[in-house]
Amino acid sequence: MSKQPILEINNLHAGVENKKILKGFSLTINAGEVHALMGLNGSGKSTLAAILAGRDGYEVTEGSVKYFGKDLLELDPEERAREGLFLAFQYPVEIPGVNSTYFLKAALNEIRKHHGLQELDAIEFLNLVKDKIKLLDLNEDLLKRSVNEGFSGGEKKRAEIFQMAVLEPKLAILDETDSGLDIDALKIVSSGVNKLKRPDSAQLVITHYQRLLNYIIPDFVHVMADGRIVKSGGKELALELEANGYEAILKG
Amino acid sequence: MSTATETIESLVKQEYKYGFVTDVESESTPPGLSEETIRFISAKKNEPTWLTDWRIKAFRYWQKMPEPTWQFVKYPPIDFQDISYFSQPKPNANAPKSLDEVDPKLLETYEKLGIPLRERSRLAGVAVDAIFDSVSVGTTYREELAKKGIIFCSFSEAVHQHPDLVKKYLGSVVPYTDNYYAALNSAVFTDGSFCYIPKGVRCPMELSTYFRINAAKSGQFERTLIVADDGASVSYLEGCTAPMRDENQLHAAVVELVALDHAQIKYSTVQNWYPGDENGVGGIYNFVTKRGLCKGKGAHITWTQVETGSAITWKYPSCVLLGEGSKGEFYSVAVVNNMQQADTGTKMIHIGKNTTSTIVSKGISAGRGQNSYRGLVEIRKSAENARNFSQCDSMLIGAKCGAHTFPYIEVKNTTASVEHEASTSKIGEDQIFYCNARGIETQDAVNMIVNGFCKEVFKELPMEFAVEAQKLLGVSLEGSVG
Repeated sequence: MSKQPILEINNLHAGVENKKILKGFSLTINAGEVHALMGLNGSGKSTLAAILAGRDGYEVTEGSVKYFGKDLLELDPEERAREGLFLAFQYPVEIPGVNSTYFLKAALNEIRKHHGLQELDAIEFLNLVKDKIKLLDLNEDLLKRSVNEGFSGGEKKRAEIFQMAVLEPKLAILDETDSGLDIDALKIVSSGVNKLKRPDSAQLVITHYQRLLNYIIPDFVHVMADGRIVKSGGKELALELEANGYEAILKG
Repeated sequence: MSTATETIESLVKQEYKYGFVTDVESESTPPGLSEETIRFISAKKNEPTWLTDWRIKAFRYWQKMPEPTWQFVKYPPIDFQDISYFSQPKPNANAPKSLDEVDPKLLETYEKLGIPLRERSRLAGVAVDAIFDSVSVGTTYREELAKKGIIFCSFSEAVHQHPDLVKKYLGSVVPYTDNYYAALNSAVFTDGSFCYIPKGVRCPMELSTYFRINAAKSGQFERTLIVADDGASVSYLEGCTAPMRDENQLHAAVVELVALDHAQIKYSTVQNWYPGDENGVGGIYNFVTKRGLCKGKGAHITWTQVETGSAITWKYPSCVLLGEGSKGEFYSVAVVNNMQQADTGTKMIHIGKNTTSTIVSKGISAGRGQNSYRGLVEIRKSAENARNFSQCDSMLIGAKCGAHTFPYIEVKNTTASVEHEASTSKIGEDQIFYCNARGIETQDAVNMIVNGFCKEVFKELPMEFAVEAQKLLGVSLEGSVG
């Protein structure tokens, strides 16, 4: 059986207000795969994540993005989320006074409604959440607090992965989830991500450093520079990058 | 401008649901204000001489007062001669003996507003006094309350049936000399609610007054007086709506609360007067004086207000903390959208020893609305060990609105402890996008974020009304965000 493509990005050109950021970016991600996208700051990694999730303010001038064969760019951000696309934010925002459990229940029920499933009530939801909490080894206290309010950097990132565990996306995009994490937090986040890997879903892990890839083993590694992929390979590419630096790869 | 901001702004635009007019024959005085008008109102209500005299004194005092100008709201000069000061639905030849005999059109009006008055469909656990223009059309659950000795009736009835109580407490918290609109109200007030909870009685149900302005060109000037005797407790709620009209209408009410030894009064307001249209045409001027006196030891008064309506909201529900160890609280959510303006807050006057007060104010500004918090914390010399905590948070939705804070703190006793915290935040496109990226659409996201912001206030409202208030907030801000 040939692999099912989840995401097909073809020759994508995009930017903000006359500034081109993506210049012919192409990438195909199939079910069951984990892709790592690496690159220097300013290479366009986070722009790509923002465009895929549907953030306002970016203009696509050329190219296409297909998600399960459909034009992704036509969909509103909430529709993308309901269709199983998940962005773990680099800087998750705080929403004071909105309980984390309430927020996540609302999110999950939007997805369920979209797929014609019955919404979960509070008790069903809590049972589900407790299982996931155990899976990720998180503190239950997190659920009682407001969304990201007063969380440390590490807690915010863990909360993102926890949301991912509950929402069970088809395509998870992790935007520099490793930034600002100490090594222990990095291990917890990575093991969570590894546990959530499934044959019918895929992950795009965006990172600046190789160290995350010691814990999340990618099937493919791509190096991005000036708005497009300049080199692709297996996990050994990440090690090569670590050993020789971006310079060498970009020149070579 | 990004589409996100456009969405934020389009979200605040939502039709006012209660803008209908009841087609009922009414009897109104022609516009105009003079001693004659006042004597007319007083005669219409068959009032005792002492009350007529009190009104006249108030009127003469008012005539000498300058109109205040310190408030941070703008409006064209009000022509007090262009207002009709008395309007009532034409009574049947025989006055209704029970609520079920009230003009069906009026009952229907209240049903449409979600306040059924008929015996069969009444709100469970809530006694309602329904005020329509200048008069009370009926009060539910009176007999049940009377069994506990609780008096709950229209102000006009109280004047006749409980003159001693009215005489003793009327103007005792807000004298007619207090301010311009309180003086005007004292001269021309037409009706309102009266409530007395006797010693040691806990009122078994919520009491509520529902104000409705219907007639054009009329003002509504009502007075509410609530007295909780020693050890008594009561929770009281008022709601207000009005038809959509192009003209501005004045609502200048006075509310007085008196709490004796260890009495507790919780007064909640969900104010949804017609706010005017998106260009600021029409809407109610809500200029109200509300004050509670913690007269006895350990008395406790809580004001909770959710102010979403009115073209202009200008009021400061306050507490005078006279009794030793008495406690005042003020929880407020004020929303301005489109061209609405609000200058609201509270005054906490600490006079007795060991008195405490808490202020939590949440201001939300959207559209081109201007929202001001103005609050006074006064610790008098006699107030040993007084404590106050104030928290004022403002949230801005969109780029054309404003939020302002005017805190006043006067401390004359060195043992006092006064804390003030303030914050201003902008509802972030980031916050909304974060919700969108989790499958939650923008309108729901805004509701969620705003409700989260107001949580501390909503938890002070009686359960059923907290749900109502959340919905109301959603409606008020519909069309405001992105």
